[in-house]
Amino acid sequence: MTRTLNLRAVVVILLLLALVLLPVYVELTGSRFLLTLFTRIVILALAAVSLNLILGYGGMMSFGHAAYLGIGGYSVGILAFEGVTSGFVQWPVALLVSALFALVIGALSLRTRGVYFIMITLAFAQMAYYIVAGLARYGGDDGLTIEKRSQFFPPLNLSNKMQFYYLCLALLFASIYLVWRIVNSRFGLAVQGARSNDTRMRAIGFPTYRYKLTCFVIAGTLCGLSGTLLANHTDFVSPAMMYWTRSGDLIIMVVLGGMGSTFGPLFGAVALLVLEEVLSGITEYWQIILGPLLLLVVLFARGGIDGLLGKMRQKVHHD
Amino acid sequence: MTDLLGVENLAKRFGGITATDDLTFGIPEGELHAVIGPNGAGKTTLIAQLSGHLRPDSGRINFAGGDITAVPMHARSALGLARSFQITSLFLDLSVLDNVALAVQARAGHSFHFWRNARREPELRDPARAALARVGLKERADLPASALSHGEHRQLELAMALASKPRMLLLDEPMAGLGPEESARMVATLRELKKELTILLVEHDMEAVFALADRITVLVYGRMIASGRPEDIRSNAQVRDAYLGEQEAVHG
Repeated sequence: MTRTLNLRAVVVILLLLALVLLPVYVELTGSRFLLTLFTRIVILALAAVSLNLILGYGGMMSFGHAAYLGIGGYSVGILAFEGVTSGFVQWPVALLVSALFALVIGALSLRTRGVYFIMITLAFAQMAYYIVAGLARYGGDDGLTIEKRSQFFPPLNLSNKMQFYYLCLALLFASIYLVWRIVNSRFGLAVQGARSNDTRMRAIGFPTYRYKLTCFVIAGTLCGLSGTLLANHTDFVSPAMMYWTRSGDLIIMVVLGGMGSTFGPLFGAVALLVLEEVLSGITEYWQIILGPLLLLVVLFARGGIDGLLGKMRQKVHHD
Repeated sequence: MTDLLGVENLAKRFGGITATDDLTFGIPEGELHAVIGPNGAGKTTLIAQLSGHLRPDSGRINFAGGDITAVPMHARSALGLARSFQITSLFLDLSVLDNVALAVQARAGHSFHFWRNARREPELRDPARAALARVGLKERADLPASALSHGEHRQLELAMALASKPRMLLLDEPMAGLGPEESARMVATLRELKKELTILLVEHDMEAVFALADRITVLVYGRMIASGRPEDIRSNAQVRDAYLGEQEAVHG
């Protein structure tokens, strides 16, 4: 009777513990590769969390979210190239530029709906891609190597892989908490109401455009943060970080993990990137395996991994 | 002019069809005013223009002493003009209580509050629970709205309209698709509400209309052919010819 096994909570706690303890394992085994892989996973999970805010909670099907990865990344890259290496300058600039970009794209694209919204966000992201690819001074198509990672006050050193991993992880946790607070606030409920029934929201007195636009800007800024981390992680930025297939990857993470759930994007990012890593080790044509797998999730587990965990919990309760 | 809602020379055309044809009428505060008419008479189009969903081609709409013809939908709602929908229009993936709480939130100023948990705010949740209790949905508060029956959806629609603390309700066929028992309950609820609110009711259920209305306006092809007290409408020959004659259900 007292056994209320909440599978989802157990999985979340285990996953968070594993992420926190990963560097210990890496220290013991000396597997540097694992630390690099998971730093990347944590950074892209942060991007997925930001996309989930507009896609999962806001119902805004943005197909250009990777643009903010590029904008955040290039803000760091370009400033570093011009000799500004202080993170106290680089990061605020990266966030500000991301926010402004989101404000402009959102202001225009949120006037449309459905397929048009998808196409406009995609078009803007591709535009950003080609603009960056045309910046000859900053490497153009070939990208730009970052000689020195963002500089903060002495004890914090982003070049220390362990420290950097923990910084990324802390920012990921903070983002998940932030999004959780936002979606349960008055603002968050207004945005979810607009996702559910925009006409009705306006009929009862919500100017939904403002709320959706604000939500769009928050998500873009958060993804810009992910971009600054990614640039510091790879010590390199290139137009490829904002190519449309990268936006697609982010959508897959959110859908796979569970749209509109607190930890879904994290589940999705870990699942997709670990699968990618494992499958590509087995065969060169790993996408042939990954594709049908995603199809199964979309067809049979509409709540994604998070939804599956929730369902199993219900089954246990029925026993 | 003491009318709460007034319409002057309102007109709306869709291509060759005149859905609203030079309508002029007024509804004083406290009245339950029914609009009836055969299918295609332009009743829903009228409500859509009053709520701001559609822009009239010409004419003006006054509410509470001001011209609201050009006021957008969300601002009309803020002025106290609430609309319920003919086709149930709810937030199906949110809980019943969330649906009503959103209507309360709409009237509680802007929603740029990002941190406090809105599902734990008594100033949103308490009025929402009270509105649910008034329409008899108190026990269903925590279910997703999609889990309710059709009749309960109509009750929920009404609770949302109530929770927005309106001065006037625009009700578009609240009885549509309800069984006899549910209809009777809706009539009882509306009878309670008309004590406090001005109501414009568009309805096909003649029994309900004649039981509730203080005055009735009859539309045919967008044009008003009669307007008056229920007993006048019942004995109006033109109305009988145009509309009531086909309806055996109306006695009198």
